[in-house]
Amino acid sequence: MTATTRTHLDELENQSIFIFREAYRAFKNIAMPWSMGKDSNVLIWLACKSFFGKVPFPVLHIDTTYEFPEMLEFRDWATKQYKLNLIVQINTEARARGIGYETHDPVTVTHELKTVALQQALAEYKWDALITGIRRDEDPTRAKERYFSPRNAQFEWDYKDQPPEFWAQFASAPAKGEHVRVQPLLDWTEVDIWRYIQREEIPIPKMYFARDGKRFRSLGCSPITHPIASTASTIDEIIAELEGTRTTERAGRAQDHHERNAMQKLRAKGFL
Amino acid sequence: MKQQENPQSAIRNPQFSAATPLKIVFVGHVDHGKSTLIGRILHDTDSLPDGKIDMIKKACAAEGMEFEFAFLLDALLEEQKQNVTIDTTEIAFRTSRRNYIIIDAPGHKEFLKNMITGASRADAAVLVIAADEGVREQSRRHAYLLRLLGIKQLIVVVNKMDLAEFSEKRFAEVESEYRKFLIDLSLEVRAFIPTSAKTGENVARASEKIKWYRGPTVLEALDLFEPRKADVDLPLRFCVQDVYRFDQRRIVAGRIETGTLRVGDELVFSPANKSSVVATIERWNAPADGAAMSGDSIGITLSEQIFVERGYVASHQSDTPIETNRFHADLFWIVREPLRVGRLYNLRLATQEVKCQVVSIEQVMDSSTLEAKIDKCEQLERNEVGRLTIQTRGPLVIDNHERIPNLGRFVIVEEGGIRGGGTIFGGVYTDRRVAKSQNIFWSEGKITARERAVRSGHRGAVVWFTGLSGAGKSTIAQALERELFNRAMHTCVLDGDNVRHGLNSNLGFSPEDRVENIRRVSEVAKLMADAGAVVITAFISPYRMERRRAREIALEGNAEFIEVFIDAPLEVCETRDPKNLYKKARAGEIRDFTGIDAPYEAPEDAEIVVRTDRQSVDESVATILEQLLPRLKADEPND
Repeated sequence: MTATTRTHLDELENQSIFIFREAYRAFKNIAMPWSMGKDSNVLIWLACKSFFGKVPFPVLHIDTTYEFPEMLEFRDWATKQYKLNLIVQINTEARARGIGYETHDPVTVTHELKTVALQQALAEYKWDALITGIRRDEDPTRAKERYFSPRNAQFEWDYKDQPPEFWAQFASAPAKGEHVRVQPLLDWTEVDIWRYIQREEIPIPKMYFARDGKRFRSLGCSPITHPIASTASTIDEIIAELEGTRTTERAGRAQDHHERNAMQKLRAKGFL
Repeated sequence: MKQQENPQSAIRNPQFSAATPLKIVFVGHVDHGKSTLIGRILHDTDSLPDGKIDMIKKACAAEGMEFEFAFLLDALLEEQKQNVTIDTTEIAFRTSRRNYIIIDAPGHKEFLKNMITGASRADAAVLVIAADEGVREQSRRHAYLLRLLGIKQLIVVVNKMDLAEFSEKRFAEVESEYRKFLIDLSLEVRAFIPTSAKTGENVARASEKIKWYRGPTVLEALDLFEPRKADVDLPLRFCVQDVYRFDQRRIVAGRIETGTLRVGDELVFSPANKSSVVATIERWNAPADGAAMSGDSIGITLSEQIFVERGYVASHQSDTPIETNRFHADLFWIVREPLRVGRLYNLRLATQEVKCQVVSIEQVMDSSTLEAKIDKCEQLERNEVGRLTIQTRGPLVIDNHERIPNLGRFVIVEEGGIRGGGTIFGGVYTDRRVAKSQNIFWSEGKITARERAVRSGHRGAVVWFTGLSGAGKSTIAQALERELFNRAMHTCVLDGDNVRHGLNSNLGFSPEDRVENIRRVSEVAKLMADAGAVVITAFISPYRMERRRAREIALEGNAEFIEVFIDAPLEVCETRDPKNLYKKARAGEIRDFTGIDAPYEAPEDAEIVVRTDRQSVDESVATILEQLLPRLKADEPND
């Protein structure tokens, strides 16, 4: 690679790999939540790049039991493809209590089936760091994130008092009960993700591409994730479509709109 | 010219270019109008998502407030309540020339750490001064920090000109006062621009109200900044993050901070000063490439298997970094608890981490007045900058900040958190004298093994070599001792030479005496390990039974015991026969010689095994170090 050929994507990739390796070294017990969404698959890809073909820590799927069948199919295929150590976590206790989209509001259900399920997994496996696919451009609350972002024992994100982070040095010592969110995609934008998927030919679920005039821009639980009107059936068409739009990426995710500051509330409680 | 009229700004969403955006940090005193200026730039370059302004106008109406451009940034509810930007925010926009990312740095005094977090990533800076209030404390402090962070491109915006009646005289006053300050700092400024962000004067369009000004608008001045270049012309510094062995490859992974690296290059690894040649550059799912350059996260394999670990810095022989344990630095401190002379901190520089102490503070600088305070040199308070001398426990690989910034800056860490950052301005090359301990935190009572380990940076241990005569025990023990010593570890070798002549001078070579010999060595090794040393014993110690006892004795003293099998076939040892002992044994001049007429019971579960018939001394030592060092780490839960 020479100075003239390095692109913005190369720079993002280099930075993400650096962060992956710092995290792998800094923490004893790491896991990587994996939603099978596009960002999540980019993370897996970057982990392979960082560790030369091996993902050296478990990947965690928080199964809400409202997953699209196509996503589960993709999960099983990719688990074999990348030789992943897959852990599936379901909040069976909440489901037994009858928590579900049929009867409860999306914020409650998301909290129970995603955040609480994650807390349960953390309590069981005692991970000290989670590698997540958070990007700064996703939501205003995420603009203020760090590459290494501590969460306290109650899972809260103290966005008013975050550790300083400069010169490629990160806060790396969670106290007992705390864990650190490691965020290698922080500097990436939605379009960077697509361009990288295109360049690297990263496998992603087919639901991102238009069928019958509709496609999913962001993927969550099936009852509350709605496709957008679209004819984009290739990555080039998706990028062209995104260039013309000004609505936000998560516009199709119902839990974000249910009440004012929903995203901020979810995040302060530990939502990814 | 209004930005909207520019046909190229038709690309509405600024994220869409594949080029790397230029990162700009906005700094300046609180309430001088940074957020308003940013809001105005976003608006005038048409960079806001649909509905954003309406949303904020509605929110303002609901709270009975007048709409302001600054609110665009204060997306969090709490911020609007406090009316202070609490943290760095990143927002993209584009001009006809290129893409930008704005890092909004706050002006509030308490948020220095956030400003540093934001500004450290910037390519260039915009410093905002309100025309009515003029140059204030943070106008000066922020410029000082920009210089410390190594940001060289700067424009100054004299905002709120509407509150100074667009007066040329007022503008000239502010400019002249601040220029003088910047000259003292040796910071170069590209432009001084009079603006009113509230109404957009001289932001995206030349102002009708400030006709006396003929310089660039803010956007024009931004477009004159240059993107940061990859530091390919500087000497090679490849900083090792880790060594992976996920498959048969042994990959040294890290980032090239500066320079370029090619397959076939001979690399020198500091601080060990061992060299090896780059065999391959490893990448996953990428075309093979024989070269890599600054900024690349890569892995390499080496043609000779020397010991390499995290923290090592590879360079070319022609231009190696400074290796020292004492240097001078300018250091800014960002937490409430002051920095104290003599206190033990961790220091991180690139991927290195060592224990350090501040030996002396030569000067404390008031970053607002640039006046040096020499009366108080025992500690450094939050927001102060000190010029000081630091001593580290082990060797540190550095460069001067002026020459190679990435290897010339470091952070001070305590309990895993960053407390301050510094830049190095003069390495002392040869001074390895240990400073007198200035430790002012005494504790009382019995000293625990843990305390000793924290003090010395490693745990005590017994490293028990076993193997035939001529297998290489003494040679490897000495080489290992040197490696540990170079890492500033307390270590010593016990072998026949230093034990037989003194402690055990009354013992011969009968079976009973040999057993007693080993028993005494075991006891001495335990005592020394208890005192914090890494004791390497080099005795044949042929019987499993006596080695097991040595282990039990060490464990009684709570010392780590690591058995190392120095393995070589008898024929090889007999050929080497460094002391002619095998010949004498074969001739019957020595009785009960291990391997000839006495048995050697090879270990069944030694912690470490080296094969000296296949591995060189250096390779054997590398194998041992790789497995030994992690076991010697001082156990510090929050560190």
